[in-house]
Amino acid sequence: MVAACLFSKGLTLLAGLLLFSFGSLAASQIEDQAEHFFRSGHTNNWAVLVCTSRFWFNYRHVANTLSVYRSVKRLGIPDSHIVLMLADDMACNPRNPKPATVFSHKNMELNVYGDDVEVDYRSYEVTVENFLRVLTGRIPPSTPRSKRLLSDDRSNILIYMTGHGGNGFLKFQDSEEITNIELADAFEQMWQKRRYNELLFIIDTCQGASMYERFYSPNIMALASSQVGEDSLSHQPDPAIGVHLMDRYTFYVLEFLEEINPASQTNMNDLFQVCPRSLCVSTPGHRTDLFQRDPKNVLITDFFGSVRKVEITTETISLQPDLEIVESRYKKDWMDEELMEPLKYAEQLPVAQIIHQKPKLKDWHPPGGFILGLWALIIMVFFKTYGIKHMKFIF
Amino acid sequence: MAAALPLAVLVLLLLGPVGRGHAEPPRDTLREELVITPLPSGDVAATFQFRTRWDSDLQREEVSHYRLFPKALGQLISKYSLRELHLSFTQGFWRTRYWGPPFLQAPSGAELWVWFQDSVTDVDKSWKELSNVLSGIFCASLNFIDSTNTVTPTASFKPLGLANGTDHSFLRYAVLPREVVCTENLTPWKKLLPCSSKAGLSVLLKADRLFHTSYHSQAVHIRPVCRNARCTSISWELRQTLSVVYDAFVTAQGKKDWSLFRMFSRTLTEPCPLASESRVYVDITSYNQDNETLEVNPPPTTTYQDVTLGTRKTYAIYDLLDMAVINSSRNLNLQLKWKSPPENGYVHYQPAQDRLQPHLLEMLIQLPANSATKVSIQFERALLKWTEYTPDPNHGFYISPSVLSALVPSVVAAKPVDWEESPLFKTLFPASDSSSHFVRLYTEPLLVNLPTPDFSMPYNVICLTCTVVAVCYGSFYNLLTRTFHIEEPSTGGLAKRLANLIRRARGVPPL
Repeated sequence: MVAACLFSKGLTLLAGLLLFSFGSLAASQIEDQAEHFFRSGHTNNWAVLVCTSRFWFNYRHVANTLSVYRSVKRLGIPDSHIVLMLADDMACNPRNPKPATVFSHKNMELNVYGDDVEVDYRSYEVTVENFLRVLTGRIPPSTPRSKRLLSDDRSNILIYMTGHGGNGFLKFQDSEEITNIELADAFEQMWQKRRYNELLFIIDTCQGASMYERFYSPNIMALASSQVGEDSLSHQPDPAIGVHLMDRYTFYVLEFLEEINPASQTNMNDLFQVCPRSLCVSTPGHRTDLFQRDPKNVLITDFFGSVRKVEITTETISLQPDLEIVESRYKKDWMDEELMEPLKYAEQLPVAQIIHQKPKLKDWHPPGGFILGLWALIIMVFFKTYGIKHMKFIF
Repeated sequence: MAAALPLAVLVLLLLGPVGRGHAEPPRDTLREELVITPLPSGDVAATFQFRTRWDSDLQREEVSHYRLFPKALGQLISKYSLRELHLSFTQGFWRTRYWGPPFLQAPSGAELWVWFQDSVTDVDKSWKELSNVLSGIFCASLNFIDSTNTVTPTASFKPLGLANGTDHSFLRYAVLPREVVCTENLTPWKKLLPCSSKAGLSVLLKADRLFHTSYHSQAVHIRPVCRNARCTSISWELRQTLSVVYDAFVTAQGKKDWSLFRMFSRTLTEPCPLASESRVYVDITSYNQDNETLEVNPPPTTTYQDVTLGTRKTYAIYDLLDMAVINSSRNLNLQLKWKSPPENGYVHYQPAQDRLQPHLLEMLIQLPANSATKVSIQFERALLKWTEYTPDPNHGFYISPSVLSALVPSVVAAKPVDWEESPLFKTLFPASDSSSHFVRLYTEPLLVNLPTPDFSMPYNVICLTCTVVAVCYGSFYNLLTRTFHIEEPSTGGLAKRLANLIRRARGVPPL
């Protein structure tokens, strides 16, 4: 009796232990799945960086965009995945005392233009239409590859815009505007065509928070340099160049990003704290309600860096001058008996031939459209008035 | 027997490639060259040329292996059936009057002209697609090229390469004058070079120095050329040229001494391992304007003389593939110095200080024979204080005449003079030398009209102002500040009563 009780107790204990172990195993599996859910599932990164201002006194907007370009390239996104749009040329501007440079810190400490920059849309090509076409992918078929945003549904895209803006709009090149509704609709088109996995939108203009008010597509996180009713201010002028070099918000974002390397684990909450009111004078804002993950789980390198598979090899390849190629080429030519007569170069200014050439007549096309209709009308009226018997005078 | 030999050779040729199993890839060679030309105005021009010659006929063979010739351009040639392509980006203007004739000038902005092959059916469509593709390769707004800025020249722009028949309907030409050239156009241009910017002459291509120039022009030229002297087969030639002109005042602070380091902030270290020829030519034809001679350091081992652009020029050659040129220091920094002959003149100049001292300019010059020498000095007219004017200022002010003291060579040698024996007119100047006599000449004084104020104006102004103030302001002042009282009529005083008495006596109504 006692033994049976003990046995049954032991059995229940064993059963309890087994259940407990299974339970913990299942729990850890669920935890793994949950953690996997919190990590981003993107496979490639894209960046669209836009500066919308023209003229020399808007030097700071070009410097803003180029400093983000520099950070993004440094953290790993290649030029083929960056669409850079600059509305005016500051580096080779005749008013730039240091040609081929754009500085972000005074006393010319940091040249953000660099030696390896590729601008995809420049000068007059930066328009609202081109920007929306790049985002939605509706570009004319002959557009070169470097000007396209070839993202897919596993792409994380960073969109940075800077310029002059107001409550609900951003000015492009002093001649047109883009409204927050158009921008929100463009993002919705991107979502419906599955052109992004997650999107980070940063804007540095006056009243920048108004531009992200109308977003309604999922997986978008937005940051702005100032709230509605506030102006974003510029940072510091350089007396040698004569203009303000950067805007405050982007200046402090650049300083923050300079400390990030491709392996860092800094998350978005740190980016939200980047420019407090004491430094920026305006209040930076952010919007995360459309974003599925918690910002503290989102790494900075999810958007500013790039996912890349690298295999390191220790094989060395040595380059040697191929001197024997030259001799073998000449021998081959000598053996090559081409059966063509010798070719010759064209004469650059054959005066006699030019004087005597007749101008080519353009191909004659029969008249069509409006002219044809007009003549038909005239002839109809003529025959109606005078009768059909007059046709014999024509034919 | 004689016919059998070429036949045998032909058979061998046919069997050869088949026997090997695959055709040998066509060979390409790279030649790079830098020409440094000191210009008459003190500036210096540097022209880079990188030429890749590819012995392949792109039209007939399907090409998949690219070595030195860039793949981006090779694919363009086959896809759009190009015969020639010339694309240039330029900032600035070549000043022929000050700098002499250029090697190859290009218009300011972007210029693109293309000859298509005869097999192209829709030239305009190919032209539009080609300009779009090139805008992506070179990061320029060439996509703005359309029918509104494209022409088909009928007489000029003949092909620069091999041509059999020139039907101008296959030529298109467009210029975009507003196009800006900057580092983003230089970067893809540099990436087309085989050695990119790592070795050889392309090491000198640094953007921050290349754009600090008066003239910057980079170009890409593709054309078919003769492969050998008999010109029986075609090779494709890609030339990338870059011309810059450095301004003496902006870069060198007015001095005319140049070196590779001052121009490019780099020196040459090693030749490009892929180049079969890598040379620097320095134009040492000296200009005789200021009697200055050009000295090149390190001294060249070979020189090259030829007629270039119509004049005979001498070039010093530095061959980077020659071991002696890039010596053990692995560093070649060419220096150009202008050496002027020692001066034997004297100039003393003391500028004027207002109301203290006048200008003084003394110059000792040697006048060449049978010539006219003009010395001019510029001055500004200042406004004097009103007390410094003479009572007749409209007469003008005088500037003292200049003095010329000269030693004039005598035609006939004079005898030495004894002061007491000879007449007085011979002993005005002490004569030290019998071969020349001393003479002192004066020029005319100069009468200068200084800006003269109208001296009656202060009186006129005071009168007018006072009248205006008195009439206008005074009236308003009176109107605004005058108050009116009502006065009670006084009932009388003694004088009034007396006056009334007299009036009653006269028969006049009382006061």
